[in-house]
Amino acid sequence: MSQPTVTQKPQDEVIYLRPSKGWTALKLGDIWRYRELIYFLIWRDIKVRYKQTALGAAWAIIQPFFTMVVFTIFFGRLAGIPSDGVPYPIFSYTGLLPWGLFTKGLSDAGRAMVANRAMITKVYFPRLVIPIASVLSGLVDFLIAFVILIGMIFYYNYIPGEHEPINITPAILTLPLFILLALITSLGVGLWLSALNVKYRDINYILPFLTQFWLFVTPIAYPASMVPEQWRWLYALNPMTGVVEGFRWAILGTGAGPSLMLAVSSTIAVLSLITGLFYFRRMERTFADMV
Amino acid sequence: MNELAIRVEDLGKQYTIGTSPERYQTFRDSIAGSIAAPFRRIRDLANSYGDGSQKPITGSDHIWALRHVSFDIHKGQVIGVIGRNGAGKSTLLKILSRITEPTEGQAEIHGRVGSLLEVGTGFHPELTGRENIYLNGAILGMKRSEIDQKFDEIVAFSEVEKFIDTPVKRYSSGMYLRLAFAVAAHLEPEILVVDEVLAVGDAEFQRKCLGKMSSVAQEGRTVLFVSHNMSAILRLTHETLVLEKGELIMRSQSPKAVEHYLSSGYAQLGERLWTRDEIPPNAHPFYPQAVRVRDSHGRVVDTLRSTEPITLEIEYRLEAPITGLRVGVYLMTTRGEFVFTSFDTDDQEQYEQHSFRQAGKYISRCHIPSDFLNEGRYILGINASTYKIRRYFQDEQALIFTIDSTGAPGMQWIESRLGPVRPRLDWKIEVNQPITSDMSSSMEN
Repeated sequence: MSQPTVTQKPQDEVIYLRPSKGWTALKLGDIWRYRELIYFLIWRDIKVRYKQTALGAAWAIIQPFFTMVVFTIFFGRLAGIPSDGVPYPIFSYTGLLPWGLFTKGLSDAGRAMVANRAMITKVYFPRLVIPIASVLSGLVDFLIAFVILIGMIFYYNYIPGEHEPINITPAILTLPLFILLALITSLGVGLWLSALNVKYRDINYILPFLTQFWLFVTPIAYPASMVPEQWRWLYALNPMTGVVEGFRWAILGTGAGPSLMLAVSSTIAVLSLITGLFYFRRMERTFADMV
Repeated sequence: MNELAIRVEDLGKQYTIGTSPERYQTFRDSIAGSIAAPFRRIRDLANSYGDGSQKPITGSDHIWALRHVSFDIHKGQVIGVIGRNGAGKSTLLKILSRITEPTEGQAEIHGRVGSLLEVGTGFHPELTGRENIYLNGAILGMKRSEIDQKFDEIVAFSEVEKFIDTPVKRYSSGMYLRLAFAVAAHLEPEILVVDEVLAVGDAEFQRKCLGKMSSVAQEGRTVLFVSHNMSAILRLTHETLVLEKGELIMRSQSPKAVEHYLSSGYAQLGERLWTRDEIPPNAHPFYPQAVRVRDSHGRVVDTLRSTEPITLEIEYRLEAPITGLRVGVYLMTTRGEFVFTSFDTDDQEQYEQHSFRQAGKYISRCHIPSDFLNEGRYILGINASTYKIRRYFQDEQALIFTIDSTGAPGMQWIESRLGPVRPRLDWKIEVNQPITSDMSSSMEN
């Protein structure tokens, strides 16, 4: 008698390949199954990013730091822009941190589909994996730059001056939520841009312009409190307003904290992510033919 | 083993070609398009579409890369796919491996598909061999634990142990390929879809790849294998699909399919002519005109005798001078074995005299001696190139001809002789010591 088979052979998964129509399901489960690929893509981005550069990971610090220096000289000193009662360098640097995370994710994700063309045309995997990995890989640069902020806070608290010392309050615990909000905004906009970039290479030219323009409508060089009260809701339609103000509130204790403005910003951020996901999924079917 | 692995029903894929607005659309076009869109939508509604799907479009800008293709593949079958360039082989593989969607019809896949349309997808030159194994493995759909487990095996297979922690940009192209193939070869899906990955690398590497492929096939996995290498198709597959202009024209036992593929579409009378639009634009300034096979009387024929010399000639035009050009032939049997490769400037004297060629018309001609080829069918390919710089033109299957062995050595026995050549060798039989059975006669000496 032959050996009876004890284990039941699991029923094979059957995949149907058909032309798809209109809007399709997000299939987030597929993304979860490919989480290791996301991990490896992030790891590749980080490993490769500063290879063969003289300064290496210091670039993650140099960019926001020197922007902060320029802002401090021109906006802080010469233009005398107020900084909600904290030293201007700390004020602007705290804004530049989430801003860097946002723009880096945005432009990397925007270019990612075209940059990874070879993979897209040769192997199947959920395409969403690529922009997600691009946005998440910015977290490493963010954390490196964050160390400088801690150093700056210590520095300003030790030298006596006209500023009040910066007290870290329990509000700091909400910081991860604001980081998440920055990532959501970055991914939401990044998904739109990356899907559009497959078809319209105009995105490559729009990206630098877009980030520059966006910088001015975000309270980085100036406080949101400079915007007249009755226009704040409009101003908050820029989701990065909520992120930057939230960052300052969580770390420096400035501003009003969670308010209507933050609610508006968060709503817009989440909306951009949801629409971005669906739009990306809709365009995905033609990526391999068009990229 | 009669479970279904792949079922393809009326599959079709349409592509947009040429300067159509579908490709590299710019905002300007699209904005103009969206102004017209409402009107179009009204018209579409009348035509009862408007669901946003890629509906088949008729018109000269659109071609069907694949159409009306249906077949079933059962678990454990190893199936070859052959066809000329543009026949739809790659499109079929791309649909089956989920890279692109069909425009019509459907395919049903039972089990995990691993596709190997290229080796080394996603390899990053700055990363080390070790890092690329993990990255590439993940891209191909392997789990990290799976890669950990097979890591040593992969490294051993690739033979790059010593350089495993060196960035792959420092690898030779051979090492790079070996490593890339090693990762891919350790993918263990239920259904493996393989494109022309074996066409690269040196002979040793190709032998290794083929060995690995045949062991995969023997493990009872379903394999769909595209190749231009007929001997690989014959060695690895049982059955073969022949595609032509996007349609499935034949499915049969591999030897029959290969024979059909190789003999269809060739000029039957020992001559192949090219018209201007058959020549790819990157061949410029080399324009092939004709390839001919002539018998000992100078007649263009498609059946030649093994016992007479054969003349091969390539007629071509150069529209600009080329330095270092060599024009030559490949000869292959219909079983896929190469017989020889030869170029018109192989000879030192010819090389010195014709290395530089002015624009003009040329004929390069050579003779295959009598008593050289065995009986059978032969495929003549041509190649025009400059060594390691550029390949102007290549057609590996330009012409097919038959050799008849009447009068060839050994014809007193009716049997087929192994091997592509049948030389009349100068045998001598030496008789050293005759042994006779008659003892008494030897005693007398």
